[in-house]
Amino acid sequence: MTLNLKLNGQTHQVEAEPGTPLLWVIRDELKLTGTKFGCGVASCGACTVHLDGEPVRSCQTFIEDIEGAEITTIEVVDQNPVGAAVQAAWAELDVVQCGYCQSGQIMSAIGLLTENSKPTSAEIDDYMNGNACRCATYQRIRAAIVLASEKLEA
Amino acid sequence: MTLNTSRRGFLKGAAAASAVLLVGARPDGALAAGSSNGAKLNPFVKIDADGTVTAIVKHFEKGQGPATGLTTLIAEELGISMEDIAYEFAPSDPGTYNNLLFGPVQGTGGSTAMANSYMQYRQAGAAAREMLVQVAASEWGVDASTLDIVDGQVTDGSKRAPLAKFVAAASQLPAPENPRLKDPSEFRLIGNAKVQRKDTPPKINGTAKYAMDLHLDNQMVAAVLRSPRKGALVAGFSDEDAKGIKGYIRSAVLPNKAGVAVYAEHTWAAFQAREALSVEWDNSNAEMRSSDQVREQLIEAVNADPAYVLTETTASKAQSSMDGAATVLEETFYFPLLAHAPMEPLTCTIEATSAGGVVLHDGCQFPTGPHGALSQILGLPMDKVQINTMFAGGSFGRRATPVADYQVEAALAFALTDRSRPVKLVWSREDDITGGFYRPAVAHRVRVGLNADGGIMGWDHRIAAQSIMKGTPFEAMAVHNGVDHSSVEGVAQSPYVIPQQHIGLTDVAPATTVLWWRSVGHSHTAYVVESMMDAAAKAAGRDPVEFRLSYLTGDGADQTRTAGVLKLAAEKGNWGAAPEGRDQGIAVHKSFNSYVAEVVEISRDEDDYVKVEKVTCAVDCGVAVNPDVIKAQMEGGIGYGIGHVMRDEITLTEGVVDQSNFPDYEPLRIGDIGEIDVHIVASNEAPTGVGEPGTPPSAPALANAIAVNGPRVTALPMINNGVDFA
Ligand code: FES
Ligand code: FES
Repeated sequence: MTLNLKLNGQTHQVEAEPGTPLLWVIRDELKLTGTKFGCGVASCGACTVHLDGEPVRSCQTFIEDIEGAEITTIEVVDQNPVGAAVQAAWAELDVVQCGYCQSGQIMSAIGLLTENSKPTSAEIDDYMNGNACRCATYQRIRAAIVLASEKLEA
Repeated sequence: MTLNTSRRGFLKGAAAASAVLLVGARPDGALAAGSSNGAKLNPFVKIDADGTVTAIVKHFEKGQGPATGLTTLIAEELGISMEDIAYEFAPSDPGTYNNLLFGPVQGTGGSTAMANSYMQYRQAGAAAREMLVQVAASEWGVDASTLDIVDGQVTDGSKRAPLAKFVAAASQLPAPENPRLKDPSEFRLIGNAKVQRKDTPPKINGTAKYAMDLHLDNQMVAAVLRSPRKGALVAGFSDEDAKGIKGYIRSAVLPNKAGVAVYAEHTWAAFQAREALSVEWDNSNAEMRSSDQVREQLIEAVNADPAYVLTETTASKAQSSMDGAATVLEETFYFPLLAHAPMEPLTCTIEATSAGGVVLHDGCQFPTGPHGALSQILGLPMDKVQINTMFAGGSFGRRATPVADYQVEAALAFALTDRSRPVKLVWSREDDITGGFYRPAVAHRVRVGLNADGGIMGWDHRIAAQSIMKGTPFEAMAVHNGVDHSSVEGVAQSPYVIPQQHIGLTDVAPATTVLWWRSVGHSHTAYVVESMMDAAAKAAGRDPVEFRLSYLTGDGADQTRTAGVLKLAAEKGNWGAAPEGRDQGIAVHKSFNSYVAEVVEISRDEDDYVKVEKVTCAVDCGVAVNPDVIKAQMEGGIGYGIGHVMRDEITLTEGVVDQSNFPDYEPLRIGDIGEIDVHIVASNEAPTGVGEPGTPPSAPALANAIAVNGPRVTALPMINNGVDFA
């Protein structure tokens, strides 16, 4: 099927079969590789993108279900103040190790701070629980979310 | 260090116009300099004509920080800031480096990156500084000793000039024999906690390129349907049901019959087509054992006399020394197979070059192995095989196998094509979890006799393991008198001075392929030694820290440094003064020449569900080059150790792996672990590893905390052995 995909402010015509995960359209068709493949079954969060501003797992989001939705990926999140604050906090605290999960972590963190500007530690743990980091950078993720929240408040 | 004067002749041919200053090491290890890529040296630093400084990072970056650490060493000695230095990964490119120059083995592992590069990279940076200064001195007509490089400029204190001015002339000079290294008191960057990672920016905006992100023009994606059992072979297959899948190209049996390669235009089509294949397997030589059977064999082996005795004290001597003991503790431990599950599934791409060779694009941990393998499989001379090292999304050991497994698979898949299109091999998470190469399953049985004063009288320690090194090219290095050191390290050569200790080992053949896994043998030996020390202290009615210290006496470096971190962790972790409702456990372990102690603090909710609230860590890894990177590695190593003992195991049913993806090989989650507080011991000793040593003590410290008001867990994972986690 042909599909009009609204991604990062642009509309792309893409050809893909129904049942194709958004992840592979983003990575293999549009060649935006900041969105990562980690598990394919919605259990690691590496593939997180925003669909109309809400974090979703793109590996379990199928293209036939998203006609007309606005998709945002890691490549452009600096254009949004929450995104910029999250990235700045991530840089300041050197959160990354291998980095492979971090696009997804950042996309989820933006989702959290957008809906809850001052999350508690327990709220952070709860919201971010679906984003696995095999390098276990968790305590820096927690600290960076708090720091980003402070930056946004300032 | 000798001056390489013969290099002058060679340099005549080097175009002065290229004016690149390279400083590094010759194959024999001597410091050397040159001016172009043809120079016969392995460069560590490159300075372009415009003054741009680039560190050539010879260890691959899987998150453990060498891109930051090695640039720090160069920047420190050269006198430039961290902002003014870029980095590149060293290629494995015999066309340029004459084959020997990264030899005999280029690789990253055993937490060696900093340990082996500390002097090399500093010397290279210092040599480059002296060469540039020497040129400036002759141009300015002053004595070189009056000049230095400060903030990226050559200066006498008042006059300043950029490095670019002197690069061309410096590139014609020989490397100084003994460049002056900075005294630690002069360090601006080494040991500076404010130095930030070099690889952060691209990793937070999606631009970092991992091997998985490579997209070459006209590439095909290959997925391989592997035999679900080790040793099974393809007997036949049909791709009838795959033919309708858009983007599917074709399938072919790999020459070694280990699987069927499925080629497609893109990843999703490759995965779907693979699912649509039907394959018939020949199981006549396949492994049909279940992990339960292997477990029984391992337990049986530790209850029998060991095949190899490592100590002068025999088993019977150790046993008889316990005659009359007030208490004899006996425990049998079992450790399951574990997958590494790096976040980025395995992948690499092979592409033909116009010159008739190939390039392997790979987050390559051990370039030497794949290099040889590709050359052999593709029938190409070594100098026609290049390796482009990309970012790796974690490894924990998995990307380095003695047989270059996934690179070989890619080469076989590529060899089955006409080589006109690049082939990108992509593993799924299921491939990763089921694909073999696990931390071996291991059993230990330990008997410890205590006298009436609570002192150890004897210690009989038997290990049954699946050898990682036997039958690999590493055998000669790691196996002595039949003992695979990686099965016993951490029990053997423990810093504890234990009387009448017997250590024995028996090998049991694995039912799958096994591999080093973050901290290798220490991943189980630390658990056993530290659980037994704890149980012994408890039985003796002594404080676990005091008890351990009493076996770390004397002034040997091993004992003092182990005792040092133990005391520091106890102090910083408020040992003995846990907040209300919390239990503490402690463990200490030496691995990869670093010393780490950890205090784990847990809570239990009303249903007795355990939560890891806090971990306090003390590490002694010699000079702390990048303190914040060291802290991050401790944090990660602790999470990795704790996460696996909580929930993970790989099991086999009639040879087939039971787990398949994260839902049943559950990674540590953010809510599983609270604060981690890392303290680094100030030291002037040579820097040692940090990628692995944080892992070994974490699991036993958790087990010891659980044992305070709960069971002593001797079989893993904990969730299958009586512990629930919140
Ligand atoms: S790849 Fe989508 S959640 Fe893991
Ligand atoms: S940084 Fe490596 S998986 Fe998160």
